[in-house]
Amino acid sequence: MFDGGKIITGLIIFLIIITFPVWYNAVNGQAGERPEIEIATKDTPGKNECVLPADVMRTDHMDLVMQWRDEVVRHDDRTFKTENGREFTKSLTHTCLDCHSNKDAFCDQCHNYVGVDPYCWDCHIVPQDFEKGVK
Amino acid sequence: MKVGISLVVIVLLTAIALVGAGVGLNFVFGVIIPYAAIAIFLIGVVYRVLKWAKAPVPFRIPTTSGQQKSLDWIKNDNLESPHNTLGVIGRMLLEVLFFRSLFRNTKTELKDNSKLVYGSSKWLWAGGMAFHWSFLIIFLRHFKYFVQPTPKWVMLLQDVDSFFQIGLPIVYITDFLILAALTFLFLRRVMDSRLRYMSLLNDYFPLLLIIGIATTGVLMRYFIKVDIISIKELGTGLLSFHPILPEGVNPLFYLHFFYVCTLIAYFPFSKLMHMGGVFLSPTRNLANNNRAKRHINPWNPEVKVHTYQEYEEEFHDVMKAAGLPLDKE
Repeated sequence: MFDGGKIITGLIIFLIIITFPVWYNAVNGQAGERPEIEIATKDTPGKNECVLPADVMRTDHMDLVMQWRDEVVRHDDRTFKTENGREFTKSLTHTCLDCHSNKDAFCDQCHNYVGVDPYCWDCHIVPQDFEKGVK
Repeated sequence: MKVGISLVVIVLLTAIALVGAGVGLNFVFGVIIPYAAIAIFLIGVVYRVLKWAKAPVPFRIPTTSGQQKSLDWIKNDNLESPHNTLGVIGRMLLEVLFFRSLFRNTKTELKDNSKLVYGSSKWLWAGGMAFHWSFLIIFLRHFKYFVQPTPKWVMLLQDVDSFFQIGLPIVYITDFLILAALTFLFLRRVMDSRLRYMSLLNDYFPLLLIIGIATTGVLMRYFIKVDIISIKELGTGLLSFHPILPEGVNPLFYLHFFYVCTLIAYFPFSKLMHMGGVFLSPTRNLANNNRAKRHINPWNPEVKVHTYQEYEEEFHDVMKAAGLPLDKE
């Protein structure tokens, strides 16, 4: 007796499952599309440059935000000094979102793209949404 | 010695990837090698499984630990000694998903130089379960780098995996489980002299390679952050056959990626093929129904038989004349 039929059926099922990314991408046709983010900044002096260089912010912003939270909440240390001596208040809603006032077109673009669901917004509100009366 | 050779190979692979990424061979490490590895994997796995499929099904070997199905009034255990397909499916599920036969693992020890002691030993089972399940979950979580948009089930999986909400980026339970399990599985091989004696190069190499993959992955998530937007661009580009080479990706990523490609390409040639092989374990996937069903060996030559009925017909007249009793009359 041979079980070739069953084994080949199993093999085909395996190949369909393992090639899932290929046909999922083919059906959705969105692969390779880099998210387009709008980097909103304020043109007022001292506000057109981020607290850290852009490439550092791109990879390490979560560490900074977390560090700020701990320093503010545990040590009441609310001022952040940049390398070139500018001073910022350590605040997500008042500092980060003051310049980057477009969460949908800024934060969410990359977060959604790589499937990151930060829990910042479990507690924080988006001031711009609040002003517009959106909950 | 075998650990040494494996380590040297890993160090060489590391050097190749880091030097390659350092001198800007991104096209080689980001496009050519991954495609080659995937092709080797697919062709190799199909080739080996088809080769297995050509082998005849052996005679059933009932290595069971339950009562076989016999008379109606004797209670049988259809999971430990299945007599039908349903039972076999149940036993296979227990084997593939929960490593049932490894759970039965025992340890033999000589105590006080004279007493032979047998005891249950679940450590290998626990380490194996922790490793395999973590690996599967981590592999599935990585689908967010291969496809766009990110499927809902990937989000659900990483929500569950980051259940404890420790740190930021949130610590995945499986990340640390897999490192712990791999460390245990490696130390187990190295520290037990009997096990070390029977361990081969192809036991150590995949283990060390996977340790490398997990370590670089953990490094990139928690310590040396990399630009995952660009990495996803590369991943989805590759798997939609429009490869894109993003600029300025940390060499650490290329190292991780090169380890993974090595593992994928090595897969069909190695004992890692137990992924497919486990489904073809004769002692697990054949029902224990030797007495109920006749097994015909496929390579048996056709035997020419001459039944008594045919014999009687042939010699009917002679037999009758000799006064022998005949069936037909």
